[in-house]
Amino acid sequence: MTDAGRHPRITLHTMSEIVGVKGYVGNFDVKIVKKARYVDEKECTACGDCVKVCPVVRPDEFNMGLSSRKAIFSPFPQAVPSAYLININECLGHNPSVCAKCVDACDKKCINFHMSDEEISLNVGTIIVATGHEPYNPKELDEYGYTRFENVLTSLEFERLVNAGGPSNGELVRPSDRKHPESIGFIQCVGSRSARKGSEYCSNICCMNTIKSTLILKEHYPDMEIKVFYMDIRAFGKGFEDLYKRSRRLGVQYLRGLPGTVEETEGGKIRVAVENTATGKIEFYELDMLVLAIGIKPSKGTRRLQEMLGLQLTPDGFYLEAHPKLQPVDAATRGIFYAGTAEGPKDIKESVTQASAAVARAIRLMHRGEIKTEPITAEIIDEKCKFCGKCAEVCPYNAIKVDTKKKTPAAVNTAACAGCGTCAAECKFDAIIMNHYTDDQINNQTDTMLRNKSEERILVFACNWCSYAGADYAGVSRLQYPSNVRLIRTMCSGRVDEKFIWHAFLKGAPVVLVSGCHIGDCHYIDANRWTEKRIEKVHKKMEKMGIRPERLQLEWISAAEGIRFAGVMKKMEGLRKSVSEHEITETVEILKKKMKKKKKQRS
Amino acid sequence: MDARMNEKMVINVEEEVRIGVYVCQCGLNIAQTVNCEKVAEEASEIGDVIVSKSIGYACSEPGQKEIREDILENGLNRIVMASCSPRLHEPTFRQMIQDAGLNPYLLEMANLREQCSWVHMKEPEAATQKALDLVEMAVSRVRLLESLSEETLPLIKRSLVIGGGVAGIQAALDLADNGYDVVMVEKHPSIGGTMAQLDKTFPTMDCSI
Repeated sequence: MTDAGRHPRITLHTMSEIVGVKGYVGNFDVKIVKKARYVDEKECTACGDCVKVCPVVRPDEFNMGLSSRKAIFSPFPQAVPSAYLININECLGHNPSVCAKCVDACDKKCINFHMSDEEISLNVGTIIVATGHEPYNPKELDEYGYTRFENVLTSLEFERLVNAGGPSNGELVRPSDRKHPESIGFIQCVGSRSARKGSEYCSNICCMNTIKSTLILKEHYPDMEIKVFYMDIRAFGKGFEDLYKRSRRLGVQYLRGLPGTVEETEGGKIRVAVENTATGKIEFYELDMLVLAIGIKPSKGTRRLQEMLGLQLTPDGFYLEAHPKLQPVDAATRGIFYAGTAEGPKDIKESVTQASAAVARAIRLMHRGEIKTEPITAEIIDEKCKFCGKCAEVCPYNAIKVDTKKKTPAAVNTAACAGCGTCAAECKFDAIIMNHYTDDQINNQTDTMLRNKSEERILVFACNWCSYAGADYAGVSRLQYPSNVRLIRTMCSGRVDEKFIWHAFLKGAPVVLVSGCHIGDCHYIDANRWTEKRIEKVHKKMEKMGIRPERLQLEWISAAEGIRFAGVMKKMEGLRKSVSEHEITETVEILKKKMKKKKKQRS
Repeated sequence: MDARMNEKMVINVEEEVRIGVYVCQCGLNIAQTVNCEKVAEEASEIGDVIVSKSIGYACSEPGQKEIREDILENGLNRIVMASCSPRLHEPTFRQMIQDAGLNPYLLEMANLREQCSWVHMKEPEAATQKALDLVEMAVSRVRLLESLSEETLPLIKRSLVIGGGVAGIQAALDLADNGYDVVMVEKHPSIGGTMAQLDKTFPTMDCSI
């Protein structure tokens, strides 16, 4: 920690949050808001004179509220930076000045009530997302009595109690009477591996954390009676089994079964009722203290950052990696990497390993000092451009400039263009070529797919990042779905031109599905909003023409939704079966007539 | 991707289209459901397809070598890889055809594993028919693909680390020690994260800070 604080190459912004990210790999434009500390970070020597005079007493967050702090405080003794800070909402003295005792006490004059939040802009080449997790709050598991019974604690509160730097200087005491507990129980999987409450996934760290805690207890209090209530112990890592065996050898009792109820009895004791699945009996234990081994939840800011950076999440709410096996630290967005529990529950060793791996991947991109961009970008055909400005309007990256007054053709900044193809799909004059996903390249695939037995085919346009990846995930999970499904990959659902849909129906497609990332999850900021509008428009036109609008479907399927993908395919098959050959022929005739009319109008 | 590519990528583009189709068995991952030999055989009948083969593991070095040699011997200028998802091996095969002198964008993949053999395991015949369809779709697309060239842009040699827990700290230190500037952003008043709150840590049972 201190190494990171004093490294000449590391600039540290604490009390800060990312509020905006623009740009692309190699050239990200980042906006940070740094909240006011009200204490000069550089000048403060952490002498503590201010704390002595501060009259405001509040629960200490670092010690999980088991001790108190002042309104001016240092989060913990080894904090980096070591400078104090004021919680301005608690402080009595800022506006108008009524207290200000700390200001008088500070010899170095580092306290300034007029400090304001600061906005910092900077450019970076790569981003490492290490936003961590939140501990699970076991309050909702009423049967365990957390917050109802004083002597039921979370594992994190327990950590503070046995920590030499904690509120009891490392002495384990019961919150109710500050006495040494003679017996203690641990309940495993609190908020993990449960379909009912909390999360369904395994939080990875709780088994070993409990084993560690039992070892600490046995070291300090060899006679203490320790019981661990568990489903199964997952001691899968290097050296883990040894610790588990050591714990058992030292007399810690492991009971297979999670308690059904927890009650408080006389003297603050905790009575636990549990079905011991090894004996098959309901057993009761009276314990002095109970620790809930709480799981890991995705950090609260995950969703916001995910939207800002255009990342994807797993159904569990953690960040989704580009490939679970071969690119485990890469985000699907180039130049962004994951480290630590932001990507999923993991222990310290794994977090550190992943951080180093993420750095190696970042350096692999940065070391040349230049970056090759994918040439899948939009290109304007100047002669066809009618200067309407639609392309510039829809571009999520402001990569297209067009002067509608001076009537100069649109121009694409290829460095800023990310290649979603929304502009090409929205251009009414066919003046934009989307390289590598041209109209002809896509329509050719449709033609081939529908060249025979078209009435049996399910045509699916799938965006590369979410829906196509969701289809891959269905494959990896071996989920079976109808074999008449055929996918056409585009980079974004925004690329799916109205023309592609008409072309498909003209060629005899019974049904067409356009699929993309969920709204808010689009890899191209918000290009899929244009997809949504477009489909709505096409639906209306279909209705007018006498084509059943249901035959065109729009579905959002994320990269992690393999099950949903397979489900949607089954639904599409049901829909396809409802389309008769007669209906298809009729549609083809309607569209042919329409084409002829259009051609006549043009000539 | 280097200067070599820029020289070579212009070749073959204006010439007649000569397509190579490779149907990867992926061991048994594809082959146990899809009749790869049959797909390769039928694909050889498609117009402009000069070479069509079923291959054990296309991504393996012997597999890639065979394809590279085919490209050079037969003057192939468009390649269809009917194998796994492009999300997995598109970069591999782009590199492969580039090494054989082709522009990396003259490649198309047909997803026979994640989107065919693995999802239609009980219908080998339908899966084989779908595989052939996917290959034909890929051929019709690859025929129209054009060479594309990458652009080189300057890059900022600075990294942003969001979060100052143990992972963020490790990442920042590794980057900084490698000579990169790092900006670390932490929402709390101190770095350290959950780790700083822990007493001893497993498996070494030492102090966390």
